[in-house]
Amino acid sequence: MENVTCPFCGLACDDLQVDVAAGMPVPVANACATSREAYRRLAPVPGLTARVGGTPVLLDVAVARAAQILGHAINPLFGGFATDLSGARRIVQLADRCGAVIDHMNSTAKLRNLLTVQDAGWITATLAEVKNRADLVVLLGTDAVSRFPRFFERFVWNEESMFDLDPRSREIVYVGQGLDMRAGCAPDGRAPTSIPCRVDEIGEALGAMRSLLAGLAPQAQVVAGVPLPQWAELLEKLRNSSYGVIVWAAPDFDFPHAELTVQTLSALIKDLNRTTRVCGLPLGGSDGDFTANGVLMWQTGLPFRSSFATGIPVYEPHLNSTQRLLDSGEADALLWVSAFNPNRVPPRTELPTIVLAPPGANFEREPDVFIAVGTPGVDHAGHYTRTDKVVALPLRKLREIGLPSVEAVAASIEASLQQAAN
Amino acid sequence: MGLLKFAGGRVFDPEHGVDGVVQDIFVRDGRIVAAPGSDADIAQEIDCRGRIVMSGAIDMHTHIGGGKVNIARSMLPEDHRGDPLPRTPLTRSSCGYCAPGTLAAGYRYAEMGYTACFEPAVLPVNARQAHMEMGDTPIVDKGGYVMLGSDDFLLRMLAARQDQRAINDYVAWTINAAQAIGVKVVNPGGISAFKFNQRYLDLDEAHRYYQVTPRHILKVLAQAVHDLGVPHPLHVHASNLGLPGNVDTTLATMQAVEGLPLHLTHIQFHSYGAEGDRKFSSGAAQIAEAINANQNITADVGQIMFGQTVTASGDNMTQHRNSGLASPKKFVVMDIECDAGCGVVPFRYRDKNFVNALQWAIGLEIFLLVNDPWRIFLTTDHPNGAPFTSYPHLIKLLMDKSYRKAMLATINPDAAAMSTLGSIDREYSMYEIATMTRAAPARLLGLKDRGHLAPGAAADIVVYRDDKDVEEMFARPQYVFKDGKLVAQDGEIVAVSWGNTHVVRPEYDASIEKQLKPYFDLFHSMRLENFGISDDELCECGHGSKAMPHACRNGRVR
Ligand code: SF4
Ligand SMILES: [Zn+2]
Repeated sequence: MENVTCPFCGLACDDLQVDVAAGMPVPVANACATSREAYRRLAPVPGLTARVGGTPVLLDVAVARAAQILGHAINPLFGGFATDLSGARRIVQLADRCGAVIDHMNSTAKLRNLLTVQDAGWITATLAEVKNRADLVVLLGTDAVSRFPRFFERFVWNEESMFDLDPRSREIVYVGQGLDMRAGCAPDGRAPTSIPCRVDEIGEALGAMRSLLAGLAPQAQVVAGVPLPQWAELLEKLRNSSYGVIVWAAPDFDFPHAELTVQTLSALIKDLNRTTRVCGLPLGGSDGDFTANGVLMWQTGLPFRSSFATGIPVYEPHLNSTQRLLDSGEADALLWVSAFNPNRVPPRTELPTIVLAPPGANFEREPDVFIAVGTPGVDHAGHYTRTDKVVALPLRKLREIGLPSVEAVAASIEASLQQAAN
Repeated sequence: MGLLKFAGGRVFDPEHGVDGVVQDIFVRDGRIVAAPGSDADIAQEIDCRGRIVMSGAIDMHTHIGGGKVNIARSMLPEDHRGDPLPRTPLTRSSCGYCAPGTLAAGYRYAEMGYTACFEPAVLPVNARQAHMEMGDTPIVDKGGYVMLGSDDFLLRMLAARQDQRAINDYVAWTINAAQAIGVKVVNPGGISAFKFNQRYLDLDEAHRYYQVTPRHILKVLAQAVHDLGVPHPLHVHASNLGLPGNVDTTLATMQAVEGLPLHLTHIQFHSYGAEGDRKFSSGAAQIAEAINANQNITADVGQIMFGQTVTASGDNMTQHRNSGLASPKKFVVMDIECDAGCGVVPFRYRDKNFVNALQWAIGLEIFLLVNDPWRIFLTTDHPNGAPFTSYPHLIKLLMDKSYRKAMLATINPDAAAMSTLGSIDREYSMYEIATMTRAAPARLLGLKDRGHLAPGAAADIVVYRDDKDVEEMFARPQYVFKDGKLVAQDGEIVAVSWGNTHVVRPEYDASIEKQLKPYFDLFHSMRLENFGISDDELCECGHGSKAMPHACRNGRVR
């Protein structure tokens, strides 16, 4: 099969060639190692559909038990939330009915960006713009490829651009420590520039560049452990680029109050755009997170970490985190959805727990209800929103091994709740 | 389904010249049917005596779905906290005032008697998401205008001087791929020019890279839409939005298409003079005169209302220019996929602010000075001028001159003094309101079975109490029927359906894909094969929404 969309990171590459002849999809062209591994770990587990208390049961029995748990819960928490368009629609509907809190497995990282959008906004570009226009690519605290393996291959070292830009002449700058900079070497061997500094000090450097840009020279001669002239030089590069792009990945900004770093970055980019064009490129969207959160946002008007407990959606980004609700004991049941990755299991909890995940999921503590579900783009068709939140790619069905979709399971749970209510 | 009789209402059906005549209307299986014989079995009679009956209202320009709308939602938790919509046994919870969730938007539209809404800015590359959001907007039918004119593929065609036939093929291909019902151009060429760091692009100014002018883009796209027989004329968000003195650009834009049909959207934002002490004045009289004189021109107003809203536009150039006016102080600007762009800027229109007050007056002047209600449409460019929920208030301003004059007395006095609004005595009639909100948009979009009440039409029917206060009347109709089913009563949802998607499918020579294929392979970020939206996908994206194809002027429905 050609032109298959890979749902295993936010790039959602849709150029995979996948061999489906043997009943198990095997990518044969264009897939990265992450993708190949992701297809592999979806190998069927013989005989498994569902378990209750660790004992294999028929799907109906598991659904009924899940409905019972949710029916009794007063403050259920819907975590994980890694699913496709149709799955997300059903989960949000179920959350509304159950008065649940919805959170996403990636929300701690996502919040760093979301808080910035809510407080300041930003100026960004999408992947095709980068591919055709970016003459300067600055990576902040991320090497991109560890999480988004084909980023350089597809969008930086492409053969041709539409405009007067030879992509191979692009200038690459890494800012950060411990980054894998191999992908940043130009095809002719030209090495990227590296500015080694701690990721949690990048914000300081961005602030210094803002003041330099405003004509206010900072007094410190070393900022974030790097001599000021180096930051001045980076700033000059940005000012002189015709289309500079600054890449970051929220999961790599893994330190307290990283949203302040994102905010400073947003402010620097806005300042630069008074005279030139520089755009941010926030990389994200893995585990269907823009897909599912997009649905929640457009249907209800609010993002993840919203609660339906009072009959209206209420957004509380700090109160409604999965970890806090579990730790504080405020939640009294957990429904966890991880349709793309069997390894993303819920945090350890003693609460009654329902897990919807691919068959291979392994648990430290067996959940009260486990329902094996299909992976969108493998077991059933679906839609996946890419890192830029603009492009939604169609996902195709590549095999049939009898796994239900999250959509179908959530619908059955809701029907069972409805029956109990009548 | 049995026969439904809407008995004894005063019917306003401008498509058939029916002006408040007491008539019965019969409905079977979701459609209006001819009066049956007197022995017919009436399953249900709706008593409409003393009531006003119209077809369902159609909003022909409202930003209800797609990337920029969802960005607006994500930027504004404060907007949403203030306006929750609680869950009921029948309806889901949602929230939001100026950027409501799709659920809130659909319910509120239906409660107000609207049965179809058209999203005017569907980026081709974002069309799937637009259909997803529209699909999750309950009850009302939907449709979208696909945005062209700053997409690099078209600009490359123009720079290479490809002939009109090839451009027509590309435009038709895009309409089909995006499942759209029309074509919109936003700041022609300007969105792309901004990516090359151009900050203004006047009608005859060349794009820095392609050396193409907005005038040329307009001409070619208007010609394409016309040649393809797409009923809706090219939908134009003109150059220089919001700039004092832009009335000249707008008048020149009307002339640029040399008599071809053209729809100018949110024309209020394009009707500014540069006179007076503050170099900002009303160009409404000139605009209205030009519309009155040129039968090929239609326009929707994009009325502003005072209060908080958010502006969401494909026009990244203009939105970036205006980002300093953001209130609260935040904005998002995006360059999108060599296809388009967007900008989202929250804004508060203040009645004591000279510019805002004059904007308000200019919109109303345009409504009142354009003579033909078939060619001027009631919009606030939701949410750019105000949320759509302000329509009943807007209708009252148009129908009640003493109310309007009382409002005029409360705004910034310098603005009031500069406006001619106080001297305009026109009051819209019920028939004219029915025209501009029903019959005219249906006709403009080529929806043969909507916007009227003759046999064959879909039974989208609204029954209003003949209230003294027209604002109250239009805010809470007594009954709203969608496809023959009662969906809202006295401002409450009583049944939830999901609506369908209106599309057109102009024919084209498929060999255009021979040009598109290498373009996608070399420059795009996705495969050509994954770009177009099939009917099955539309259904899946659109929450079960079915495509409802309408005929192009060459007659065929595909
Ligand atoms: S880069 Fe991401 S989307 Fe592309 S093939 Fe690898 S895992 Fe899949
Ligand atoms: Zn608009």
